[in-house]
Amino acid sequence: MIFLTVGTQLPFDRLVRLIDRWAERNPQVKVFAQIGDTDYQPRHFESCTFLDGEAYASAFKKAEFIIAHAGMGTILSALMAAKPVVVFPRVAALGEHRNEHQLATCRKLEGLKGCYIAYEDEQLLTLLDNLQGLEGEQISPYASDQLIDAIDNFIRQP
Amino acid sequence: MKTKKVLAVASKGGHLIQLMRLKPVLDRYDTTYVSNQKLSAVPAFVKVTDANLDSKPRLLLLFLQLLMLHLRVRPDVVISTGAAPGFFALVIGKCLGSRTIWLDSIANAEELSLSGRKVRRYADLWLTQWQDLVTEDGPEFKGRVL
Repeated sequence: MIFLTVGTQLPFDRLVRLIDRWAERNPQVKVFAQIGDTDYQPRHFESCTFLDGEAYASAFKKAEFIIAHAGMGTILSALMAAKPVVVFPRVAALGEHRNEHQLATCRKLEGLKGCYIAYEDEQLLTLLDNLQGLEGEQISPYASDQLIDAIDNFIRQP
Repeated sequence: MKTKKVLAVASKGGHLIQLMRLKPVLDRYDTTYVSNQKLSAVPAFVKVTDANLDSKPRLLLLFLQLLMLHLRVRPDVVISTGAAPGFFALVIGKCLGSRTIWLDSIANAEELSLSGRKVRRYADLWLTQWQDLVTEDGPEFKGRVL
């Protein structure tokens, strides 16, 4: 199963429409999605506006693959669960976010294991067509020791 | 020595997930977690209202909730990964004598977040998660949540 999430704050019609197009051609793959305020209603997979913590966790757990906007929360969750995550950034120039930080995030995450970035429609569709070749990467549940130590040192100061 | 009291604040979603990646250090202290999304599996949690720049009355309510919470907990340290609740918590904390840490979200790779820029004069430890954003007069880089 693929779990698609675009977060809950903003619509992301372009991504949902693209996945719907792909799902139409790939009926054997089950897709489930949290699409927030997205206007476009997918016809080829099941979706909902908002999943609460428990339902979200359950969908995430069931999924073999995650597709998401470039939200760090989703990306971190996917890596912590060792699930491959396909990331498609929102573009502020297309009215999909307030600024271009998702594009910036993606440029920085290029090459990160377990994280597959697509900037263009065709790139995304190619990744999806080769889904079984994507591998997850298990990361630690916690921040780097360097950061943990720096914060501990600061708190400990009198 | 008395265990230090920490107020750890983040809004729902990515900010909160990043804050929880600091759990090993936060759990060494008497930490109260604060968010606008319910959080389980922590010893002390307080829920605040969900507010952002789009709604001024809600921001005011959030500010008052955080002020009351601060007066009740009296934290030694306030730490946040963003956004609006963390900004307010640091402003209140700094004005009322706590030491403060701002860890700007890892999502801000090319410029600091709006709240991250505005919080500067209220943050004793002002951190970015990207080396490229470090400048001589701050923010500093001391590692990242990933």
